[in-house]
Amino acid sequence: MNLHNNPDDTNAYTRRAFLQSSAMLASAALTVPAFIQSSAFALPSALPGLSSIAGVNQDNILVIVQLSGGNDGLNTVVPYRDDAYHRLRPSLALNLDNLHILSKNGLNGASDLAFNKALTGFRELYDEGQCAVIQGVGYPNPNRSHFTSMDIWHTADTNGTGDGWIGKYIDAQCCGYGKGQSGQPDGSHTLEPPIAIGRQAPLALSGRHMMPVSFESPDLFEWAGGKVSKEIIENHEQLTTLEEKSVDENSNNAFLMRTAMDARISSKTIRDAVGAKPLVKYPRSDISKQLSMIGSMIRAGMKTRVYYASLGSFDTHANQPGNHARLLGQLGDAMRAFQGDLAAQGNAERVTTMCFSEFGRRVGQNASNGTDHGTAAPMFLFGPKVQPGFHARHPSLTNLDNGDLKYGVDFRSVYAEILDKWMDAKSRDVLGGSYRHLRVLDV
Amino acid sequence: MQRTQSKARPPKRVETSLTKIQDRDFGYAQARHLLLRAGFGGTDEQIRTLAEWGPEAAVDHLLDYEDIPAATDARGAFDANIIRPRNAVEQREIKRAQQAGDENVLSKFRTMRQQAQRADRNQMRKIQRWWVTRMIQTPRPFEEKMTLFWHGHFATSFRNIEDSYHMYAQNRMLRANAIGNFVDLLRGIIRDPAMLKYLNNNQNRKSSPNENLAREIMELFSLGEGNYTERDIKDGAKALTGYTYHDDVFSFNQNAHDNNSKRILGSVGNLDGDGFVNAILLSPACAPFICTKLYKFFVADVPTDTRRLKGPQRTVIRNLSNMLQEQRYELKPVMRRLFLSRHFYDPSVMGNMIKSPVDLVVGSIRTLNSPPRNISVLTDAMDMMGQSVFLPPSVKGWDGGRSWINTSTLFIRQNTLVYMLTGKRPNLNHTDPTKYDPTRLVPSMNDPRLDGNPPPELIANELLDLVLGHRPEGAAKLLVDAAEKVDKPNTAKGITTMLMLITSMPEYQLS
Repeated sequence: MNLHNNPDDTNAYTRRAFLQSSAMLASAALTVPAFIQSSAFALPSALPGLSSIAGVNQDNILVIVQLSGGNDGLNTVVPYRDDAYHRLRPSLALNLDNLHILSKNGLNGASDLAFNKALTGFRELYDEGQCAVIQGVGYPNPNRSHFTSMDIWHTADTNGTGDGWIGKYIDAQCCGYGKGQSGQPDGSHTLEPPIAIGRQAPLALSGRHMMPVSFESPDLFEWAGGKVSKEIIENHEQLTTLEEKSVDENSNNAFLMRTAMDARISSKTIRDAVGAKPLVKYPRSDISKQLSMIGSMIRAGMKTRVYYASLGSFDTHANQPGNHARLLGQLGDAMRAFQGDLAAQGNAERVTTMCFSEFGRRVGQNASNGTDHGTAAPMFLFGPKVQPGFHARHPSLTNLDNGDLKYGVDFRSVYAEILDKWMDAKSRDVLGGSYRHLRVLDV
Repeated sequence: MQRTQSKARPPKRVETSLTKIQDRDFGYAQARHLLLRAGFGGTDEQIRTLAEWGPEAAVDHLLDYEDIPAATDARGAFDANIIRPRNAVEQREIKRAQQAGDENVLSKFRTMRQQAQRADRNQMRKIQRWWVTRMIQTPRPFEEKMTLFWHGHFATSFRNIEDSYHMYAQNRMLRANAIGNFVDLLRGIIRDPAMLKYLNNNQNRKSSPNENLAREIMELFSLGEGNYTERDIKDGAKALTGYTYHDDVFSFNQNAHDNNSKRILGSVGNLDGDGFVNAILLSPACAPFICTKLYKFFVADVPTDTRRLKGPQRTVIRNLSNMLQEQRYELKPVMRRLFLSRHFYDPSVMGNMIKSPVDLVVGSIRTLNSPPRNISVLTDAMDMMGQSVFLPPSVKGWDGGRSWINTSTLFIRQNTLVYMLTGKRPNLNHTDPTKYDPTRLVPSMNDPRLDGNPPPELIANELLDLVLGHRPEGAAKLLVDAAEKVDKPNTAKGITTMLMLITSMPEYQLS
């Protein structure tokens, strides 16, 4: 049985610990209005989740890795024994030298499928029973526009309109989505907003009542005035928590003061968390950097339950082989390191990672040694709590819809299972419909 | 019962009357409030001028903007043909290639299309910069503020229509009707190529109706949920069959139009799009819905569902709706009445609205007279704050209010101000060198009797008046202390330091 926060890990601490340990407490106690203090101090008295054990729903974390541009599913999980694959992709089809042949791993093994050679990281996770591949994932009437299809995945709505699916989940947890929508956040919520690494929060995380947090690098998560003139930081801190007796605690002003206080605390928490050296060495790539930041935040005991990372340039219309292999290599190596990091922290069992792309690519290659926008493609889940191996059937390469694969699994059934089994939510409320679980999670 | 209740109320009850504010009650704070809400704020000089003019002249100056020479229109600056339908020659060539399985030709056309889409995304960014610049520079701030209101109301996103020129054309249509009659806006929107594409009305044919536009017109643009039936949507969709566009202009496809009799919201007949619009305007739910949206944008954050309105706000919105109906949907008299009303200047209204990203960015430049620096940096920052013009998150527009604010957007807001004031970009070792002289903002700095050396606390307090609208206890002292650490309180550097600190206060997010 694991305690998911390693008590010996000196980097793990909370807002409360921050408040208690820092000099801020002294100055805050003197100048901060009571209602702000109560918000900042109204935190669980123990390290968050310390009393609960691994696998307990309340503390599960979901990490989403988005592959933008449309990842070529057929050259990721390769049906290398299928003649049609070689016929339709004369110069792109991968031969045995460029593949990881997979061992038949229990019931969900598949002897006619292989990973792209660049995916050594995925192969190792697969061998350890930490990788689930869901084949032929898509949705009805596929849309081939990057934007629209991405919006469809983000909103879990085939029109691609409305709030993000994680946003709806957060709304449901915090404010009762679909139960009369009890109003806006008042700053006193105990649920943390989801965190995206990147310049902009993805639509998937945007809900009605709570805006996601996003940052490219932790340097952006602090007041820049301190970089212009270091000596005025103290004045800034005092001014942003100035006591104003006349402030009504329900006013927007009070709400802003509470958020400003939270921002100062989480800025320090996040910068310290991300500043700590990870327990394992990550390779050098952008996606590795993102996942190492997420790993560090998890290690620091932050209560955030959803993290988002993304990797772009999968739109391989031309000269696909080298570019695609490079991207997959970065992805696989980063995932491998991330799982190692989580295991070293003792947090692996609490974290499941979902990896998707807005669509796959056409079965036949084009004239530029690349592939054009297609439809169904595999999705991946990683972590010790997945049901490892292959799920659902690989779509036929001969029974096509206008040159494209026919989807066999609606992506929302994967969302539904994650929501119901991992996030302790009611998928029906969030997704607005019922979707059958595939049993990709072993919980 | 009513009487005893009103007697029991504390004396500071919220003013619900739409009667005119007295001249003597209209001072610096009220003029500042008016300029913030009906525009994007302004300098000390502008605020003082409006305050001297008194409420009526001030409101008329803002609302009768047609008397003020217009900013030059960008028409022609943007290319209408980046995205265009394929001509007959191209269509034939593609058909031949498809039949022959000529992958080279097909690939050539795909590449052309991708290049066009890339160029169009660049043009969209250019149009965004054009509009933000226009908002910063215009002598008619209310015109742009109303256009922004309608953009959020008739929310359409470039993301889904992928034609920047259509977005631009819609923006012009909204501006042209911004303070006219609501009828013209509805008639305009059912003929607007961007909207027709966004809500799929180009696929709405008699043989296969598409209800998307008909539904949203009633739910989001005019009546609100619960004020129409599924039957109204079905027949509304029929009325809109054949409303489509060709290239950049509206076209009515007679063959796709359903000429059968319809029944929409009680109106019966062979209704077309305009008949549908007329039926909507006859509904008693229309004026309250529009007035609630206007109130939410200009006065205070309220639920958009009119049935959930409470107390004084309910009364005020009811009064406004009655007036909008009496005025047959003419918008200007209603906005004039609102901006002149005692309610608009009630202490519970003033300074209690969270600035949208556009308000924050445009308003800061207009108030602080800071150099706009690099507009792309500012539009990127607005995007990170959750508001990218021409890219609203959904057909519902921006929710506004508290949803703008979380810990990361608060930092982005503060740091964007640091960039405006100092040119320093938080993530780069780069500082925009454009000099900023804030001494002009401070009245006492320009008072010859004080010889450029007013008491430091006076400088700080005058900055607080302008930037926050009041003087929180203890703030001036902290500001002077900071200015003295960095330089002196009466230098450009000292005043910039104070501004950086004031704009980092939570209250600065309020308007």
